[in-house]
Amino acid sequence: MKALLDSFKPGFKGGEISALQFFGKHGISVAFVLCVVIFSLSTQKFLSTDNFLTVVMQASIIGTIALGVTFVVIGGNLDLSVGSLLSFATVLVVDLHDKVGPGMAILLMFVFTLLIGSVNGYLIGYLRLNSLIVTLGMLSAIQGITLVYSGGKNVDISDQTNTWFAFFGREELFGIPVPAIIFIVLGIVLQIVLLKSGFGRKIFAIGGNATASLFSGLRRNRLVFSTYLLSAFTTACAALILGSRVMGSQNNVGEGYELLVLAGVILGGTSLLGGSGSIARTVIGVLILAMIQNGLLLLGFPYYTQWLVTWVVIIVAVWLDIAAKRGKLFSTY
Amino acid sequence: MNRIINLITRQPIWIFVFICIVFFSFSSPYFLDIRNFSNILLQASTIGLIALGMTFVMINGNIDLSVGATLALAASLAVGLQPQLGIMGAVLVGLLSGILVGALNGIIAWKTGVDAFIVTLGAMIGVRGLVFIYTEEQAFYAYDLAYSDFGASSLFGIPVLALIFIFLTITAHLVLKYTIHGRNVFAVGGNRVAAKEAGIRVGPHMLLNFILIGFLAALSGILLSTQMGASTPNLGRNYELWTITAVVLGGTRLTGGFGSIIGTLGGVLAIAILRNGMNLLQVPSFYVLIILGSILIIVLCIDKRFSEPKGVGA
Repeated sequence: MKALLDSFKPGFKGGEISALQFFGKHGISVAFVLCVVIFSLSTQKFLSTDNFLTVVMQASIIGTIALGVTFVVIGGNLDLSVGSLLSFATVLVVDLHDKVGPGMAILLMFVFTLLIGSVNGYLIGYLRLNSLIVTLGMLSAIQGITLVYSGGKNVDISDQTNTWFAFFGREELFGIPVPAIIFIVLGIVLQIVLLKSGFGRKIFAIGGNATASLFSGLRRNRLVFSTYLLSAFTTACAALILGSRVMGSQNNVGEGYELLVLAGVILGGTSLLGGSGSIARTVIGVLILAMIQNGLLLLGFPYYTQWLVTWVVIIVAVWLDIAAKRGKLFSTY
Repeated sequence: MNRIINLITRQPIWIFVFICIVFFSFSSPYFLDIRNFSNILLQASTIGLIALGMTFVMINGNIDLSVGATLALAASLAVGLQPQLGIMGAVLVGLLSGILVGALNGIIAWKTGVDAFIVTLGAMIGVRGLVFIYTEEQAFYAYDLAYSDFGASSLFGIPVLALIFIFLTITAHLVLKYTIHGRNVFAVGGNRVAAKEAGIRVGPHMLLNFILIGFLAALSGILLSTQMGASTPNLGRNYELWTITAVVLGGTRLTGGFGSIIGTLGGVLAIAILRNGMNLLQVPSFYVLIILGSILIIVLCIDKRFSEPKGVGA
C-alpha cells in the first residue's frame, strides 16, 4: 500500500511505470473489473448471464449513439443534438409505421435523420462554426420540428403484436437480445473502421492537429461532415431499437440522452480536445454506466443514486487520465 | 461613423434587439406597453441572472453546465425546508447550496485540472440526482403566502424580481469592467499560462467565478420559486443551454478572453423579447423552439464573418 501511495509522488522512480501511469492507461478497465467485483460480492443476482445481457441491453441505446459520437469527438467536435435527434427519429418511425408500413417507415426515418445530421455536418464541417453552439441550436430546433410533426401528441403503433417491427427491440437471436446484437456488431464494425481504414486514421489526424492535417492535404470539411453523418446514422439505429421496444413514443423521449452519451464517451477516455479515443473503450464506458445503474438498483438504492455515482466515476476517471499524462496527481495553477 | 460601425460589429445583438422591438411593435398592438416591457424584464430575470455568472465563467475560458440542476436544488431546498427553518432560514440554505456546488466545481476543476466542461457535466447529472433523491420526485408548495407575495410584488410599478436583475446586472458590469478581479477574468481567459506567469493566482481566481455562478444560479432558482410559489424537481431543465445561448448571442467567445455584460444583457433581452413577441402573436410554442435554434446558428454565422481574420484559410 505504501509503495502504491509513493508511486503517486512526482519523483517516483520505483518501477517501469508508476501506479499513476498504470491507472491512466488502464483506468477504465480497472474500473470495469472493480465494478463487476464489487457488485458481484454485494448482490448474488448480479453475476449471471441473464443479468449481464440485461446490462448490455440497457446500454444498447445510449451505447449505439455513443459509437457515432465517438467519431465526432475524436475529430475534435461535439454533438449535443443526438438526444433530440433520437426523439425525432423515434417519433417518425413509430408514426410512419401505421401509415406506410414498417419497411418504408424505417427507410424514411433513416433518410430524414441523415438529412438533419448533414445539416450539422454542413454547418460545422464546411462553414466551420463552433460545434458546441451549432448542435445546441440544433437541439432546440429539432425538438421544435418533432413537436410540429407530431402536433405535440404522443404517437404509438396500433397493432403491437403482429408486426415484424418488434424484431429490433423485443426479440432474441440465439438467446441474445437483438438490441445487444445491433450494438455489439455496430461496435465491432466501427472499431475496425476507426483503426484499420484510411477514413479512421484521417479522423484522428484532423482531431489531433487541424492545421497540420490541412497542410498534408486532408479534406477536413468532408471528413467532419462524415463524422456527423455517422453520428446521425447510429442515432437512427438507436431510434430503431427504442421505437421497436416501446412501440410508441413521447416527443421528448431522448431528452438528456446527449449528456449520458457524452458521459459514456468521456468515461471511455476519449479526449474532448480530439485526436484520441477508441470505440472499444467507449463501449466499456457505456457498459460501466449501465452496470452502475443495474447494480445499484439490485442493491435497492433509489433510482437517482446512480446519477450521483456517475458524477463521481466520471470525474475520477478523467482525473486519473489527465494526472497520468501530467505525471502529477494535482495540477499546479 | 467608424465608431458606429465599430459598435455594430462588436455588439451586433443590440441591433437585433432593436429590430425585434420595431417588428413586434408593428405586428402586435399589445407589445409596445410599459407593463409588457416590465413583464419581459421579469421573464428575462431567471435566465438573465445565471447569464451574468456565465459571462464571467465563459470569458474565463470555462463553462458551467450544472446551473440548471443547481437552480432546482436551491429552489427545492428554499421551499422544502420552510416548515422547519422558516422562510429566511430556508432561503439561506438554498443560497448556500448553490455556493457549495459552485465551490465544489471550482475546486475539482482547479485541483485536478479536469476541463470545466467535464466537471460541470458530471455535476449536472449528479446534482440533478441529488434533487430527485431529496424531493423524492415530488413538487413542493410554499404554504406561507408571504413567499409567493414577494415574487408577485413590485416597486414603482416594476416587479421586484426585475429590479433585482437590473441591479445585479449593473453591479456585474462594474465588477467586470473596473475591478482587478474583472481584468483578471479577461487575462486568465485570454491566456492561462501567461496569466499565471504574470502572477495571477489562476486556480483561486477561477474558483471564485464558479462560486459566483453557483450563487447566482441558486438565487435565480429561489426567485423563480417565489414567482410560482412552488418548486419542482424538473425545474431548470435545459436552462444551461438557454443561458449559454444568451451569452453567446451577446458576443462572448467560447474560447474565452472576450465578452461583456452589456452584450450578455442584449442576448438575454433578445431571447426574452422573441419569446414574448411570438407569444403575443400566438406563434405555437413548437415553432418558437425552431426559430430560437435557427437564430442562434444565424448569429453564429454573422459573428464568424465579423470576427474571422481575413486571408487565413484554416
